[in-house]
Amino acid sequence: MAELLFWPALLLYGEAAVGYFGDVRRPGGAGRAATWGVRLGWLAQTALLAVQAARDDGFPWGTWASSLSLFVWLVVSAYLIWGCRRPYRLLGLVVMPLAVALLVIARAGGGTGTGNASHYSNVFLVIHVGLVLAAFAGFTLAAALSALYIWQERRLKTSPATILRRQVPALATLDALAFRTVAWSVPLLTLGVAVGLVRLVADDDRLDALIAATAVTWLVWFSYLGLRLLGGWAGRRAAYLALAGFVLVIVVRLALPATHFA
Amino acid sequence: MMRLVLVGTSHHHAPVELREQVALGRDEAQAIAARLAEGGREVACLSTCNRTELYVAAGDVEQAEREAVEALASLEPDVEPALYRLHDRAAALHLFRVAAGLDSLVPGEGEILGQVRLAHELGTTGVLLDRVFRQALHSGRKVRAQTAIGASPSSVSAAAAALAEQVFGSLDGRSILLLGAGKVSEQAARSLRSRGAEISLVANSKTERERIEERLGDVDVVIASTNASGLVLEAAAVADALRRRKGRLLLLIDLAVPRDLDPAIGELDDCYLYDIDDLEQIVSETLSGRRREAERAESIVSVEAEKFHEWHASLDVVPAIASLRARAEEIREAELQKAESLLGRLDESQRRAVEAVTAQIVNKLLHLPTVRMKQAAVAADGVLYAETVRHLFGLDEDER
Repeated sequence: MAELLFWPALLLYGEAAVGYFGDVRRPGGAGRAATWGVRLGWLAQTALLAVQAARDDGFPWGTWASSLSLFVWLVVSAYLIWGCRRPYRLLGLVVMPLAVALLVIARAGGGTGTGNASHYSNVFLVIHVGLVLAAFAGFTLAAALSALYIWQERRLKTSPATILRRQVPALATLDALAFRTVAWSVPLLTLGVAVGLVRLVADDDRLDALIAATAVTWLVWFSYLGLRLLGGWAGRRAAYLALAGFVLVIVVRLALPATHFA
Repeated sequence: MMRLVLVGTSHHHAPVELREQVALGRDEAQAIAARLAEGGREVACLSTCNRTELYVAAGDVEQAEREAVEALASLEPDVEPALYRLHDRAAALHLFRVAAGLDSLVPGEGEILGQVRLAHELGTTGVLLDRVFRQALHSGRKVRAQTAIGASPSSVSAAAAALAEQVFGSLDGRSILLLGAGKVSEQAARSLRSRGAEISLVANSKTERERIEERLGDVDVVIASTNASGLVLEAAAVADALRRRKGRLLLLIDLAVPRDLDPAIGELDDCYLYDIDDLEQIVSETLSGRRREAERAESIVSVEAEKFHEWHASLDVVPAIASLRARAEEIREAELQKAESLLGRLDESQRRAVEAVTAQIVNKLLHLPTVRMKQAAVAADGVLYAETVRHLFGLDEDER
C-alpha cells in the first residue's frame, strides 16, 4: 500500500518541479499543471504518511529517513499556503526539486515504507521531533522566499526592460513574508530544542554532533530575527543570511542525523 | 432589412491636422447622430482623438453612406479621400476591433471601451445598433479578461508606477519626493498617486539640496526631472541616506536629460535607479508583448463578429419564419374549431391533451424548415429561401 502511494507522490512532485521550469520559459499552462502536481502529490504523500502511522506504532518517523519524508510533507504543506497563487509559482522552482530530492533520499534510507516500529516511547520525543521538523520546514520556505528575493532583485538591477514579463511578488512582499515565516519558525525550533534538552538531561545522555549543529542553526536563525528587528537588516543581506541558515538546516537534516538516531 | 454602414477616418488614414478638423465633442456627436437619424435611421457617432466614425443602420445603404460622407465632409472637405466605408459584417468587425483596442495607436489601451459606450449612449439607436454596440462592448471586455493585452504599462509614467509596484507591492501610503516639476514627472507622480502613494515634498532646484538629502531618509520613491545642467543628487548623499533607512528600499526614477541622479546610485544596495531610457525600454518591451497578445485578441473578436453576422443574417428570414408559424397556428386553431362537435364531448384534461398534441405536431413540422432557413440566411441565400417559403405556403397572398 505504501509503495502504491509513494510513487504517485514522487511522480507528481517531479512533474511539478519540471512544470515550474517550463513555466519560467513560457508562463501559463505548465505553471498550472505544476500547481496541480503539487496539490495531488501532497494528497498522495498525506495518504502515505497516514498509512505509515496506521500500520506502525502511531508515530513511525523515528528514523532519520522516515522523519525526512515527514519533513518533505511539512515543507510542501507550508509551500501550498502561497504556492497556489500565481505570483508565487516561482517559489516552486526552489521548493519542488528539493522536495523530490529529499523524498528520494528518504526512500533510499527506507523511510517511506511500513514496519518501522517507533523508537519513541513518550510524547516528549514526538513533540520534540514534530516541532523541530515544522521549524525546519518554515526555514526552508523562508530560504526559498529569500532565493526568489535575490533573483528578483538581480533582475530589477540588471534587466529592467523585461522585468514585467513575469509575475513575481514585489521585493518588499517577499522580504516581509520571509521574515514572518522565520518569526513563526524560530519559536517552534526553540521549543523543540528545549523539549529535546529536557529529555537529554533526564536520560543523562551526551551531546552529539547533531545537537551541536542544531544549536548553531538555532543561533543563526535567532540572529536573523535579532538583526532584522534591532540591526536594521533587511533585503539582500537578510536574504543571504536566510540562505546560510538553510545550508545548516540541510546539514542537520542530511549529514548528521545518523549520529543522533543511533 | 436594415443594413449596417460605417463611414469614418482614423489615425491609420488621416494625420492629426485632418483628424482634429472632424473631431467632435460630446454634444456635437449627439447632434450629428440625431440629424442623420431623421427618417427612421439608427446612427451613432464615435469620436476620439484617434478617430471619428459614423455608424448608420438603414434600409438604403447607398443613401445612408452618401449622407454620412457629406456630414463628415461638411466639417472638413479635405477629409473625404481619407474616409473609409465599410458595410455589414466588415463594419461590425471593425467596431469590435476598435472596442477591443486592436485598432488603437497603443494596442489594448483601455480608454476606448468607455468611448464606445458613450457613443452608444449618445446615439439614436434601435435594434441593429443596440445589438452591434452591446456585442462590441462585450467583445472588448472579453478580450481584456482573456488576454494580457491591457495588463502592461503603455507609457513612461505607467512604467514608473509598475516598477514601484515591483519593488514595494502595494503603494498605499508610500511617499514620493518630486525633484523638479516637468510634465512627465508630474504624470509619473499622478500615476503613483492613483495607486495610493502620497507626494511628500516637491523640491525645485539645487538650492534645496540640504532639504532633499534630509528627506531621502524617509521617502520611498524619488522622481527627478529638473532642468539642472549637472547632477542634483550624488551617490554619496544617497549612500548616507541608506544608512539611516536601515534596509528600507528606495526607488529612484530619473526622467531628466541631462540626468539629475548620479548613475553610481544604481550600484548601492537596497536602492533601485532607473533613467528615462530604462522606462522607454520597458514601454517598448510591453508594447511588443501587447502585440503578441493582440493575435489572441483578434481570434476572440473574429468569433464575436461571426456571431453578430449570424444574428444579422437571420433578420432576412425572421419575418418569413414568423409568418409561416402564424399561418400554421391559424390552420391548427381552425381545424380544432371544425372538430368542435367531437371535442365538445371531451373533458378538460382530454381537450388539453389534444391541444398539446396538435401544437407539438406543428412545432415538429416547422422545426427543420426554421433551422434550415436560418442556416441559409448565414450562407447568404436567406432571401431566396424566405421568398420560396412565402410562395409555397401562400404567405404573401394572405397578407394581401
